[in-house]
Amino acid sequence: MMPPHGPLRAHRPLGNVRQDERTHPMKEEIKPCAVPRAINWNRLHDEKDLEVWNRLTVNFWLPEKVPLSNDIQSWATLKPEEQQLTIRVFTGLTLLDTIQNAVGAPAMMPDAITPHEEAVLTNIAFMEAVHARSYSSIFSTLCSTKEVDEAFRWSEENPHLQAKARAILQTYAPGANPLKRKIASVFLESFLFYSGFYLPMYWSSRAKLTNTADLIRLIIRDEAVHGYYIGYKFQRAMERLSEAERAELKDYAFGLLFELYEIESRYTEELYDPLGLTEEVKVFLHYNANKALQNLGFESLFPAEAAEVNPAILAALSPDSENHDFFSGSGSSYVIGRAVATEDEDWDF
Amino acid sequence: MGGLVFYSSSSGNTARFVERLGCDAVRIPISMKAEIPPVPDTFVLICPTFADGEGRGAVPKQVIRFLNAPERRAGLRGVIATGNRNFGTTYALAGRVIAAKCNIPLLYSFELAGTETDLARVKNGLDAFWETPCLTT
Ligand SMILES: Cc1cc2nc3c(=O)[nH]c(=O)nc-3n(C[C@H](O)[C@H](O)[C@H](O)COP(=O)(O)O)c2cc1C
Ligand SMILES: [Fe+2]
Ligand SMILES: [Fe+2]
Repeated sequence: MMPPHGPLRAHRPLGNVRQDERTHPMKEEIKPCAVPRAINWNRLHDEKDLEVWNRLTVNFWLPEKVPLSNDIQSWATLKPEEQQLTIRVFTGLTLLDTIQNAVGAPAMMPDAITPHEEAVLTNIAFMEAVHARSYSSIFSTLCSTKEVDEAFRWSEENPHLQAKARAILQTYAPGANPLKRKIASVFLESFLFYSGFYLPMYWSSRAKLTNTADLIRLIIRDEAVHGYYIGYKFQRAMERLSEAERAELKDYAFGLLFELYEIESRYTEELYDPLGLTEEVKVFLHYNANKALQNLGFESLFPAEAAEVNPAILAALSPDSENHDFFSGSGSSYVIGRAVATEDEDWDF
Repeated sequence: MGGLVFYSSSSGNTARFVERLGCDAVRIPISMKAEIPPVPDTFVLICPTFADGEGRGAVPKQVIRFLNAPERRAGLRGVIATGNRNFGTTYALAGRVIAAKCNIPLLYSFELAGTETDLARVKNGLDAFWETPCLTT
């Protein structure tokens, strides 16, 4: 919907003076004399902003909601090296959430096109803080302080973890291209987390740490909306560019994905070789890399055969949503009648 | 001979899938005010999921508007649902809701814009379902 008075530019979000523009103040539209405007949620420029805001706000949760202490017994059944791996993986995830909370989401705010987008980004930023905080809740419930301190030290020294953090932080730096920033952000949200998310899904598929897995699934659901939304805004911005500019950004995206994939592969080998899980985790990486590209509106990179994830892991991601494949006659029956929670308001029949 | 109808919001995943499928298909408009184009006598619907956390609102309001017309609903023979597994228990929920509501089979589910495997399965599945290859003009 077009706003009633003038172009979007007149509605630039309040905080919308980009670092890169501050250093090139000749751009007309960024003169700080623009009227400070209150956000009006009854005048949308992009319906997606409200749709995503609504989903994010109903999704809101805190780690206290999950009975993590029910996992104490299960934790005790893990071997010491399995416990250490789990703590390290969660520390790596904490680092990514910390980056997205403190740098990533705030760095995208000056690039926002609508005031509502700015508001959505503040929600994203805050939830990243909740995610980062919730790993510490897991730690304080299950682990000793010494083990946890050791893992945080490890995260500062691990070259692969540090390399991926740096690669992303570079694109968030002031003056960086706003669309490259979105590309990196979608890769963080929809790809980089998954070498870590694999492990709690794996434990859950073996009926271990199931409450921890419930918490991780809440994080995964949030990241799905984040990756979707940032990717969506990227696609909108791409539409306004020339063919040549679009091609340049697409090259950049695939190049960055290759770079990150290399780092992720090393990281995965180092973490998962001892358990013999590396190959399976890499398949999961391919699958998620393809999904990250789709969020950006691009085609997949890895062939379908290289991205066929172990069904037990898929089932751990989406429990109770059995795979329907009426076409090939496999999967559970297509018969309907399964009660689902829906409201009937808008249906006439 | 059955046709194909789909909804895709402005993120365009479903539209990209249908484009690669290469079959003639009718797109349900995003605007609630836009006129709905004529649809084939019988058809399969491809529909993405947009639920809230509890599963409410899984079927987009544009698709509900489309199905609320009895003459269009009468032609619906099956539904293919899309979504993202990362939404957990509400993955591709729109398909289960429509199948139950309209008493038609849920044929298939896939994620986002689909993989090559999804594309092949849906293509072959639809050809077998209608017992004839899809139309391309
Ligand atoms: C606000 C919002 C809520 C969503 N909820 C679900 C959901 O509950 N289950 C699911 O499987 N996918 C869900 N999705 C993912 C979409 O179904 C998926 O991205 C789909 O490919 C969108 O299709 P389109 O791009 O053609 O509109 C949601 C997406 C958004 C933006
Ligand atoms: Fe997060
Ligand atoms: Fe996120």
